[in-house]
Amino acid sequence: MKEKMVKQIQPTKSGDWLILTGSLITGGFLLLIFPGHEHKTLLAAKTILVELTWILPGILIFIGLFTVWVSKELVVKNLGKTSGIKGILMALVFGALPTGPLYVAFPLAAALRKKGASVSNVVIFLSAWACIKIPQEMVELQFMGLSFMTARLVLTILFIIITGWMVERVIPEFPNAIWKPL
Amino acid sequence: MNTTAIVINLFAFTGLVISLGKDRGKTVAALKVAWQVFLRILPLILLIVVLIGIMMGFIPRKLISQLLGEQSKFGGIMLAALFGSVLHIPSLIAFPLAVSFLNNGAAITAVATFITTLTMIGVVTFPLEMKELGRDFALLRNGLSFVVAVLIGLLMGLVL
Repeated sequence: MKEKMVKQIQPTKSGDWLILTGSLITGGFLLLIFPGHEHKTLLAAKTILVELTWILPGILIFIGLFTVWVSKELVVKNLGKTSGIKGILMALVFGALPTGPLYVAFPLAAALRKKGASVSNVVIFLSAWACIKIPQEMVELQFMGLSFMTARLVLTILFIIITGWMVERVIPEFPNAIWKPL
Repeated sequence: MNTTAIVINLFAFTGLVISLGKDRGKTVAALKVAWQVFLRILPLILLIVVLIGIMMGFIPRKLISQLLGEQSKFGGIMLAALFGSVLHIPSLIAFPLAVSFLNNGAAITAVATFITTLTMIGVVTFPLEMKELGRDFALLRNGLSFVVAVLIGLLMGLVL
């Protein structure tokens, strides 16, 4: 179980390091060709680097803890059978817990539907997974401030629920009618 | 000193101590996951630092506010929405980018729309979503999310 969870994390892509090297060289060239921009460039880079360094340890530990303590089985077991307001809340909460990247969520959502979760709750779960992850909200709080983060969170939750309701109205019989992938 | 960061770190370390008290093996596994996530996003974090440096050092504020500022009106929102839909970057590094735009002339509406489409809509993950949940479901969820993201952006502009 633990082995499986650890393996789900994708390894670093060597392409990412190449792109980083390329961007460093480009930045260096720009600074050489157009002198006078050093101060603004370095100050902006330093500010972001300091803020990221401050927040990163806590965020990473949160991701690690939730990945290990909240298993996929727990999510499926709890979400498959709940409906109504409680179902909506559970879909939001389980979606928001940092339990893995989005590509893990799609098969999980399909499993939820098979276990009896409503179409709207599957949509709510997926959307919450994608855009109101707890670590993400923390980073948003750090960089964008409390009012921006809160306003966007409230609006997002509201619209996720509406989206779920609309998808359910259009394809209520899912997955039976359109189950076969193209 | 930054209060938000301190509070978040305090919470995380408290959680770590509680976890350690309950199950040592699981806590070690959690730290391993944290370390692996760190290694994976490290080049991306450094990349965003370099890119923000270049952007803020060389792109004039006027250009950003023309493309994404108040005077860009709906065009700026659509530009931000499309960029957010197509880009596939972790939200962890998207917020530094977003706040840099915001501080340099972009409108709240455009920035909020960008963040929302970036997280809600996945052009890159679309084939996987379609495979697991069907074409109609994937099209409908992503399509509705696009409209919703623009609405959220517009409302954010009104509220803040």
